[in-house]
Amino acid sequence: MSRNIYVKHRPAVIGAGLTLFRRRLLETPKELAWIAAKQALEEAGLTLRDIDCIVIGSAPDTFDGVHMKGEYLADGAGGVGKPVMRVFVGGATGVMVPIAAWWHVASGHCKTVLAVAEEKMSDADIPHPQAVFRYIWDPVTEVPLQPNLIWIFALEMHRYMYKCGVKKEDIALVSVKNKRNALDHPAAQVAANITVEDVLKSEVLVWPVQLLDISPVSDGAAAIVVAREDIARRQTDTPVWIDGVGWALDTTSWTNRDLAFPEYANVAAQMAYRMAGITNPRKEIDVAEVYDPFDYKELHHMEGLGLAKKCEAPILTREGVTQRDGDLPINPSGGLLGVGNPIAAAGTMKVAEIYWQLAGKAGKRQVKKPVYTGLAHAWGDLMQASTVVIMRV
Amino acid sequence: MSRRVAIVGIGWYGFRPVVEEASFREMMFEAAVRAYEDAGGINPRTDVDAFASCQEDFWEGIAIADEFAPEPIGGTLKPVFTIPGDGLQCVASAYMMIKTGQFDVVVAESHAKPSDIVNMHDIMLFAMDPLTTRAINMPNYHAIAALEAQAYMGRYNIPREALAYVVVKDKRNALLNERASYGANLTIDDVLSMPYSVSPLTKLDIAPLVDAAVVVVLASEDVARRLSDTPVWIDGIHWITEDPSLEYHNWEFPIHARMAAEAAYRMAGIENPIKELHFAEVDARYSFKELQFIEALKIAPPGEAYKLLLEGAFDRDGLFPVNPSGGALGEGVPLEVHGLARLLNAVLQLRGEAGRAQLDKAERAVVHSWRGVPTTTSVVAVLSR
Repeated sequence: MSRNIYVKHRPAVIGAGLTLFRRRLLETPKELAWIAAKQALEEAGLTLRDIDCIVIGSAPDTFDGVHMKGEYLADGAGGVGKPVMRVFVGGATGVMVPIAAWWHVASGHCKTVLAVAEEKMSDADIPHPQAVFRYIWDPVTEVPLQPNLIWIFALEMHRYMYKCGVKKEDIALVSVKNKRNALDHPAAQVAANITVEDVLKSEVLVWPVQLLDISPVSDGAAAIVVAREDIARRQTDTPVWIDGVGWALDTTSWTNRDLAFPEYANVAAQMAYRMAGITNPRKEIDVAEVYDPFDYKELHHMEGLGLAKKCEAPILTREGVTQRDGDLPINPSGGLLGVGNPIAAAGTMKVAEIYWQLAGKAGKRQVKKPVYTGLAHAWGDLMQASTVVIMRV
Repeated sequence: MSRRVAIVGIGWYGFRPVVEEASFREMMFEAAVRAYEDAGGINPRTDVDAFASCQEDFWEGIAIADEFAPEPIGGTLKPVFTIPGDGLQCVASAYMMIKTGQFDVVVAESHAKPSDIVNMHDIMLFAMDPLTTRAINMPNYHAIAALEAQAYMGRYNIPREALAYVVVKDKRNALLNERASYGANLTIDDVLSMPYSVSPLTKLDIAPLVDAAVVVVLASEDVARRLSDTPVWIDGIHWITEDPSLEYHNWEFPIHARMAAEAAYRMAGIENPIKELHFAEVDARYSFKELQFIEALKIAPPGEAYKLLLEGAFDRDGLFPVNPSGGALGEGVPLEVHGLARLLNAVLQLRGEAGRAQLDKAERAVVHSWRGVPTTTSVVAVLSR
């Protein structure tokens, strides 16, 4: 792979939009997509007429219950009579959306891209959206065992706790922090002021995963506008450049993997760091949105992304380094644990948050220290995919 | 960074109504191995920068089918992602990725095993808007295409003989194509005497399904020249979604294909397609669609394609051969692989490797794919050798 640091059409995020994240929203998926898209366009000071290309991100069709969901969402995402491309890497889709938008612009093929991510999980309510996860396994070797998604995360959490000697109390701190951060987020679904005690007392789902260790079922949409350098500079004083993109997919055979360390996150991050010219991520990344569908996953991913050494993330968390006023704020939005988890939209929400943080537009959520370089990360498939973008002002 | 993008390797497997001996993952593997061999024996673990896989969950029968993409194509722990779209959309993404200058070699893959699908009709109902059209519960999803055919034929006075001519031509061309399962020597009367499936379409007017996998290796110009003596250049590529709601889309004419073609021609600097190109591989899932797409691609004026067709202009020995491979009517529709199947045939023609199907003159071509009903998405690519 060559490293081209002279991308001719340097892409920047110039606007972002978000619906409320809620369970059982009454809007249709198309309407959700348009609410987020319209906000992003308004912030960018553009109309649909100024948009060349559309990128759509949405995870399994089974949630919305629509086959060829990209086609179905096209008009809601503003894609009438326009080139529409949908990308899909399971839960990691939300950050694949800006990556795809990046190459649409960096290639010179499009000048402006409206990138929209939508998910309506509550439509798959028979009996619970979890049912969708019955169909993600290898149809020959795994489906007959009737596995449940939370089981394999319980395995992973257990393994991580054992390998790093982490206690449940340390992991619960992540849930406490993120749900508290989300109190300042206007779209948040499960923001709360809770204690470690609350997490440890919550219902056990699959030991060691408890109810407050896990993100909720959500509906919602998120959108960003990505534009070429000349347009970005014309539209705003604070364009946020996408300077590095990276992603990786590990083997389908999750049983053969080292569950204690997310190698896929490491590979994806290294690709993005190389492109952005980052050699010491712990020092050079000022703020990060790390995928946190479970509280242990934030720690796990921080280590994978090189934001902490192996087994160091729980220590950083305990010392308050990852708080909004800390040295390395992680998930200042409130993350999936606080804002909610409409799969693809949750990942794009993280990109929007980094954009708002770097542009100084995060309002009450603005982190204390000055921030110049940010990272957004998402994770998905059978614990195998990671997507990473590096953004700079 | 503007550098040209070329197809340096292509591999396929299947193209049979039922591939019994291989799973979809094994089909991907077989096609990938052949593509890498064709690209000068590259090693995907070291020589490929990224992989794009085109597939749709419901057709795979797996909720996140993306999970199964990496291994069979050699992409484990490398940048692999899925586009739920036609294979040509993967090629378009690969094209853009190489154009950024960050990627030198990108692989586009697509596979389909419709023979595994027991409830195709129910799946197609799920592709319709849950509030409006799905509720109609149409007994045969081909009815949407039939309505489009009625609108098109009514608007431009297209005789049914023209549709039958398309069937006869494509199925006869398919007899020369080693991959085609549905070649036949028919007469126009054979088609006209068939009972309607959905008026005005008979069983012969509707392309059957087929199992297949195709893998394409794309590379930037400098790498392409190193890997291949016969690179096939992508001079232009574009894709358009017209309008997903059936209520509002144009029933008479595929605007999406027209818009995509205009953009692709502009990229390739083509003003007069019929003079500057030598042949076309277009979507023909339904016989009348071939006529519509010929017009959308500006090879004939709107409503006039049937006149040229009946004069033999689009025969394989005619003025401008269309679907010399037999197209979807002769080869079958391998779901999302369909665009790559058209691309495969065009690449082999341009390289002079099309065997008995080889055309006399094949230096520049246009390739088109549509995602089938109820979608309004088309991709158009201009290729040259």
